[in-house]
Amino acid sequence: MEVCGGHTHAILRWGLDQLLPPAMRLIHGPGCPVCVTPAATIDAAQALAARSGVILCSYGDMLRVPGSSAASLLAARAEGADVRLLTTPLQALAIARAHPGCEVVFFAVGFETTAPATALLARSVRAEGLTNLSLLTAHGRVAPAMEALLQPAHCALAPQASARADSPQSSVGICAAAPTPASPCALGPGSAVQGFLAAGHVCGVIGTAELQQLVERRGLPVVVSGFGPLELMRAILACVRLLEAATPRLINAYGSVVRPQGNPAARALLEEVFTVVDQPWRGLGVIPGGGLALRESYAAALDAGRRFPGSGAAQGAPAIRSAAAALAPPPEASAGPCIAAAILRGEATPLQCPAFGQGCTPEHPLGAPMVSGEGACSAYHHYRPPQGSASPASAVLR
Amino acid sequence: MSGRILLGHGGGGSLSQRLIDTELRPLYADPTAPLHDAASLALPHGRLAFSTDGYVVHPLEFPGGDIGRLAVVGTCNDLAMAGARPWALSLGLILEEGLEFTLLRRILASVAAAAAECAVQVVTGDTKVVERGKADGAFLTTSGIGLLMAEQPIGPGRISAGDQLVVSGDLGRHGMAILMARHGLDPHPPLLSDCAPLWPLVEALLARGVQLHCLRDLTRGGLASALHELAMAAGLQVRLSEERIPVSPAVRRGADLLGLDPLHLANEGRMVVVVDSADLEATLAVLEPHGGAWIGAVEGEQGPAGAAAHPAGPRLLLRTAFGSERVLSPPAGDLLPRIC
Repeated sequence: MEVCGGHTHAILRWGLDQLLPPAMRLIHGPGCPVCVTPAATIDAAQALAARSGVILCSYGDMLRVPGSSAASLLAARAEGADVRLLTTPLQALAIARAHPGCEVVFFAVGFETTAPATALLARSVRAEGLTNLSLLTAHGRVAPAMEALLQPAHCALAPQASARADSPQSSVGICAAAPTPASPCALGPGSAVQGFLAAGHVCGVIGTAELQQLVERRGLPVVVSGFGPLELMRAILACVRLLEAATPRLINAYGSVVRPQGNPAARALLEEVFTVVDQPWRGLGVIPGGGLALRESYAAALDAGRRFPGSGAAQGAPAIRSAAAALAPPPEASAGPCIAAAILRGEATPLQCPAFGQGCTPEHPLGAPMVSGEGACSAYHHYRPPQGSASPASAVLR
Repeated sequence: MSGRILLGHGGGGSLSQRLIDTELRPLYADPTAPLHDAASLALPHGRLAFSTDGYVVHPLEFPGGDIGRLAVVGTCNDLAMAGARPWALSLGLILEEGLEFTLLRRILASVAAAAAECAVQVVTGDTKVVERGKADGAFLTTSGIGLLMAEQPIGPGRISAGDQLVVSGDLGRHGMAILMARHGLDPHPPLLSDCAPLWPLVEALLARGVQLHCLRDLTRGGLASALHELAMAAGLQVRLSEERIPVSPAVRRGADLLGLDPLHLANEGRMVVVVDSADLEATLAVLEPHGGAWIGAVEGEQGPAGAAAHPAGPRLLLRTAFGSERVLSPPAGDLLPRIC
């Protein structure tokens, strides 16, 4: 399984799956930050954006994704909300300085790749003493999600999973009947996964220790891969060799970027600003240790949920994080015939969805993986659209 | 005159008159001629091409151009795509109250310079002012008349199986320059828009006797949208060779950074030329010195009545550098940067 949406895109963009022998199958994972952001968090962002005097800022793709209603932040903007697209969180500083009478909220999403930049923003806000900038955070951690994908459905969300893990390096023991390397859980959604391609940019930040632990606990090979076609092919080859030799190990096939210790400066920032929490992933349910929340020392002044009580933006909202909620079925990621949740768990490919390219297209998406440019459905539709789905010839009016 | 546009500048009174006399009249072919409600033009022989386009761009000034240059070059390029030499242009201005006069003057100077470069005369125009907050500084509209110089019509209807595709230069500079400026990214060395007139290249192709089956300027949506449209309109399959499509390293890096496909990025001075395979060499002789390159071919079978079709249906295919093949789709909507 390639976990990262960037890998999925690169594989389809270069047609790498077509070049592999038929016995090899690439399973697309949930690593699209837009796709896995819970609908409730997007609802909270929309509710904040709808308040007068609020300027809501986020990354491009996040603006397109619908929450629990069909509306997106772009739709909210069309209705008059002040929603702004940023390419780096620090741009929010200038907006907050320029609009002292407004409340600027940065809706921070993404994995360990974007979390350090959010942390830098938090630190800058505090250093500068800005009082009109707050954060709505939904940062995910990738390694716990990889672990969760390997869990049998019945034990992935066992009660002890809701315990908070406060160190990024803490081991997240979840499954009561932990599988041995020789007999991996056969019941879980991830039972088809025999090896992982890990996201190079995430590892560039966090290093490889968490993945090493995953390899040791689960007995699966993990290969850290870059995003170019050659880098991916090299990583796939390394993974296949490990599987053929039955020697599950961690291999860093992206050594030009990824060091075992990661990026110490970025990790220090994460450690200073965030704490590890259990977090709901859209389509996957609550993932133990699967997210980052502001530490109390930052949350007191910067958490948008506290700045705007009752907005649903509170981080770590107990209702979401309770064990009872965790045991409930995964939150909806889709509507109607769409099978987005199964796609996010790697149980199905977009081509197996009855709605793909028929009722569900990038223009009229039914599920998050079709909305976001980083989602698997969007990647398939873009690079391998169903025959006959081409738009009618447009007039030569220009 | 004060430093900013006021609502009164669009009110039709003395402020309007002063704006026209000092800022706009110098743009006209004969600045001293008395102004009237309509320009009167002596119709030359032959057929005319007529095109119109609205221009909204943020920021108004960007690396390598501004909205004034864009408005002149864009409409002249549309005329050139029909095989027409740009001849006369109208200029409509919708200005936002509060627009700085210094900026307006720079935009109008840019209109004048681009018109001179395109050898086109601005013959008529209009100015309106809207309240602050109701426009993004300035919106421009230009309509253009061109003199058709090609003997055969140029358009999607003439595309046939076996035709060859050539682009006139490297792709994506305009879109990337705008995105960089819009998102506060500042590449070194600066990346400049490709905004430039295409008629000189079309004229050179016609002068060499190249049978131009179709021309398309690659504006919004980039090469992917333009060729997708042409493939659908012609009912044919187009197969491109990715390695041959020229994209500068700076654009490629920027596109990588933002998670965008260079073939989706807008251009304002690039076109794709569809020619008979017999004319490929002559086409390349004209365009290669400008960075042009062969990028692919049209496939299909010629039907009995001359109607061309491809059995698999019209598609735009891209052969990657790895030897795999995929569909090249147009962008779904606005290009939004990826998150990670």
